[in-house]
Amino acid sequence: MSAPITAQIWALAKRSTLKTLRQPFQMFPIVFFPLILLAVNASGLRSATLLRGFPTHSYISFAIAVAFIQGAMFSLINTGTNLAEDIESGFFNRLALTPMRRLALIAGLLVGVAALGALQSGVYILIGLLFGAHLDAGAAGALVVIVLGSLAATGFGAIGCATALKTGSGEAVQGMFPLFFVFIFLSSSNLPRNLLKTGWFHTIANWNPISYLIEAFRSLFIFGWDAAALERGFAVALGILLVGLGFVVLTLRGRLQRT
Amino acid sequence: MSGPEQPVGAGNWGVARAVAWRSMHTYLRRPDLIVPSLVFPLVFLASFAGGLSALGSVPGFDFPAGYTAFQFVFVLTQSALFSGLFTGFTVAVDFESGFARRLMLAAGNRRGIVLGYALVALSRAVITLTVVTSVALLAGMRITGDGVDMFGLYGLALLLVLVGYGWSAGVAFRFRSIQAGPLMQTPVFLILFLAPVYVPLSLLKGWIHAVASVNPATAFLGAGRGLISGVHEHTALAFACALALIVVFGLWTLSGLRAAERST
Repeated sequence: MSAPITAQIWALAKRSTLKTLRQPFQMFPIVFFPLILLAVNASGLRSATLLRGFPTHSYISFAIAVAFIQGAMFSLINTGTNLAEDIESGFFNRLALTPMRRLALIAGLLVGVAALGALQSGVYILIGLLFGAHLDAGAAGALVVIVLGSLAATGFGAIGCATALKTGSGEAVQGMFPLFFVFIFLSSSNLPRNLLKTGWFHTIANWNPISYLIEAFRSLFIFGWDAAALERGFAVALGILLVGLGFVVLTLRGRLQRT
Repeated sequence: MSGPEQPVGAGNWGVARAVAWRSMHTYLRRPDLIVPSLVFPLVFLASFAGGLSALGSVPGFDFPAGYTAFQFVFVLTQSALFSGLFTGFTVAVDFESGFARRLMLAAGNRRGIVLGYALVALSRAVITLTVVTSVALLAGMRITGDGVDMFGLYGLALLLVLVGYGWSAGVAFRFRSIQAGPLMQTPVFLILFLAPVYVPLSLLKGWIHAVASVNPATAFLGAGRGLISGVHEHTALAFACALALIVVFGLWTLSGLRAAERST
């Protein structure tokens, strides 16, 4: 008789989390890359706060939102690469031959991603506050940031899983990263949408869902509680998760048939 | 009886031409190589020149050619350096596949290999810089410098291709693995972004101003922006820095080649 599904998910979640935490070269980009970019952008773009219509005098409070998105996107790479490694090494196939439930195979990974997403969001908040960011929504706002960060990381992680299941190649998963970075660049990541003066760029940023995800994080730092921004941000994060899970279901079926 | 004959094309230029032809042939036939090298500079141009154009209105920002030209010079500099860097990746991949080792056994003059990959870097850069410049002009970029200034701007860009190539090829010859990729690109990426990317040096405040003031990339960006606008700034310093870096990284690459020879 097999273990209950919660125990299966727990075992795989623990494995996934420990696997990432034990590899410093995987933790380094998650923690430091977004913070280095934040430090560079917060200093280089500080003069943007002098623009009429800029919502705050602290550029770091404005820009820290991007770190959560970058961190979530690194979850895509790490989760996808880890799963692709398991497929390449044959571990995933052996696991699929056990009585383990199909749901647990991926749910365990994603629970681990959710935990890491919450952890990395907490680190970004702490370091941001240390370097002068102001979290207007207070301690409760920090909790919302952590929940949204975890949800976004899980959504991107699901897309990473789907890519790994489809291709079985870590290289293919790595190739997704620049594509997602384009979404950050073509959003309201560096300036608020009201200050995006170039018409076509303003239109793309308006249509780009990442703009709304960034603005949800940002609203908690610079405006306090903005229900509309939070609703849009959570809707985008949930949307990414649902799309990612949809692709996971489709690709998992194909992968297990091949197995 | 005369001494042993040298194989045809075994001189520096013969080897260089063969290496360059093969690598460019591969580059042009593989979308996974050519597309990213063209798309990423265009994304930078779109997101910085398009998304940050409001920064042209910041008090104290005074650039006669406009914000698109201001950012174009950053994208040109980045494209030039990365054309060189990506050629370092090619060297590393050729070692991983075993091709470079066979090439080193076959080449009469191994310095020709270094020269050949340098030609690849320059050829790739010409393609990328042409595309980026065309898109920038179509997007309405203004150039207020004259023809000589533009010649200087593209001359500086080609020197930067060799700087990027020299650094990455030195790493590639030593490590002979694509796993050294982050070591090739991370320092260049950081140096570029620790320069006045978004606004002029005078508008940077705090630690980044101090770092940017001693960063050679600041001289490259300042000179490039001076040339495109016709208001020259640090032009001689930028050319001197670029030439000095080419000499230093040239030695770094040749010593890397010797390290690779010893291991072959």
